Amino acid sequence: MKTKERESFWIRVKKDWKRNRSLYLMVLPVILFYVLFHYKPMYGALIAFQDYNPRLGFSGSEWVGFDQFNRFFTSPYFGRLVKNTLLLSVYGILFGFPAPIILALLLNELRAKRFKKTVQTITYLPHFISLVVVTGIIKDFTQSTGLINDIIVMFGGERSSLIQNPALYRTIYIVSDIWQGIGWGSIIYLSALSGVDQQLYEAASIDGAGRWKQLIHVTLPGIAPTIVIMLIMRMGQLLGTGYEKTILLYNEATYETADVIASYIYRVGILERNWSYSTAIGLFNSVINLALLIVTNKISKRVSETSLW
Amino acid sequence: MKRQAKSTIRTSAGSKVFDVCNVLILTLLSLVCIYPVWYVLAASLSESSLLMQHIGPLLKPVGFSFSAYKAVLKNPMILSGYLNTLKILILGLATNIVMTSLGAYFLSRKGVLWKKPIMILITITMFISGGMIPFYQTLQDFHLTDTHWGLILPFMISTYNMIILRTSFESIPESLCEAARIDGAGHWKILFSVILPLSKAMLAVMVLYYGVGIWNGWFWGSTILSDRSMYPLQVVLREILMANDTSSMTAGVAAGDVEAVGATIRYATIIVATLPILFVYPFLQKYFTKGVMVGAVKE
Repeated sequence: MKTKERESFWIRVKKDWKRNRSLYLMVLPVILFYVLFHYKPMYGALIAFQDYNPRLGFSGSEWVGFDQFNRFFTSPYFGRLVKNTLLLSVYGILFGFPAPIILALLLNELRAKRFKKTVQTITYLPHFISLVVVTGIIKDFTQSTGLINDIIVMFGGERSSLIQNPALYRTIYIVSDIWQGIGWGSIIYLSALSGVDQQLYEAASIDGAGRWKQLIHVTLPGIAPTIVIMLIMRMGQLLGTGYEKTILLYNEATYETADVIASYIYRVGILERNWSYSTAIGLFNSVINLALLIVTNKISKRVSETSLW
Repeated sequence: MKRQAKSTIRTSAGSKVFDVCNVLILTLLSLVCIYPVWYVLAASLSESSLLMQHIGPLLKPVGFSFSAYKAVLKNPMILSGYLNTLKILILGLATNIVMTSLGAYFLSRKGVLWKKPIMILITITMFISGGMIPFYQTLQDFHLTDTHWGLILPFMISTYNMIILRTSFESIPESLCEAARIDGAGHWKILFSVILPLSKAMLAVMVLYYGVGIWNGWFWGSTILSDRSMYPLQVVLREILMANDTSSMTAGVAAGDVEAVGATIRYATIIVATLPILFVYPFLQKYFTKGVMVGAVKE
């Protein structure tokens, strides 16, 4: 019985190889890419359990178990880093997540096609501007002689360097995120909106539902699955606040509120060359992110029957 | 108007008020989105000494001068940054498109025994990664640091883009490939003379996504390159913007004016580095939403 099954499996493998050999040849470089640039680094992440010394190399360095992780958990920065990372994500979800949905809903209510197109063209644009430029503009606008201070003075306020103020950092970060992402983020909801069955609107209006009621009872339920999927993805990034923008935007004066796990990983790893420690923090971070993604996906599956997998 | 005529309910006063407010809100939002870009453009064309004295929003350049642009274009770092980015862009896009097409073609075929395991192997990397340092170490191990290939080879495939392209390939009727196969075409022939010519719009999306990523990328360039003459444009730009370092371009300016001239130079640098994107943007606009939508269908 067993040998027969195995035999038939090998026959299938042989047949498949005969038929699809050139196809496998095509995918070979792709697999090679994933092995070399994704799986090799995953294996390399084992240095998180070592006290890595570049001179001794991977095989020569001492294995220290979870020491690097404990070092991070007991580090004076641990609480601050987790708090900053979480707060930026939570504010991002509270304010940044609904923004594109609202924009899509407003655009959807427009009757003038050309105006709609113009608004779309303009609001998508910031997405294509590089982070280096965006953060450069933010710094310029928020410096004490910058545009925003000019406006504050017009309303009788005092000049100050806003980007150097830890209390304002998160606001600046989130507002600029919304500025850059609102238009681009709305595309996915607009495409979901265009998929809502038009007959439902007609039926609702025959039942006497006005535009507000149609929004609540037809439009929102229609795009709910998309909203849930986007929210799940966002939850999986709760501890994943990107390092690129942070590195470009923060400075020592604002570390208190600006420094996030990812930027700390960068400083410890790339600048201070503390490779094992940095890798351990990164590993901790991605394990938490993966766990969050799995948990929210599960909850969503149970509650709304929408899930990533 | 048409929809209004069709609709059976009368337009209430509240509904009209909403329409007006909606247009106002969206107009305001558009102004907010475009104004920073406009400001930078206006400031870059301003007379530096007048710009220093100017307080408040700019609606148009104060004075008018190209001197900042002249200084920027004379800067050898900007020129080498441009050339480096162009080199990375051309080589990068070529490898991006070939590799992504190969992967997407494989994943779009039916009845392939090892497709599922390979798909799992690929999908895992969307959720798990080795992290910054192991990745950096990998580049070192392959001697890719201090080379431009280090900014190309490790980024040949974006899994997300590949899945978008696969979805697009899957929508091409099987009968077309079958017809080619009967004519004796192998997989390479089918990919290059049937599938790719039929996927031009989606390939444009890929070029756009990868292209913008390469043009705007700075992090790995600033991390793996130590020779300043190899810096891509964004890394040069970052040096100029972050370090407030315009000294190489303000040579010959009277000491008191350095700060003023420096500001206009920074604005002009931003424009010079962003201009290609602003220029191609309107032409590609009809393509790029397509990618987001195909990606959404997948989910």
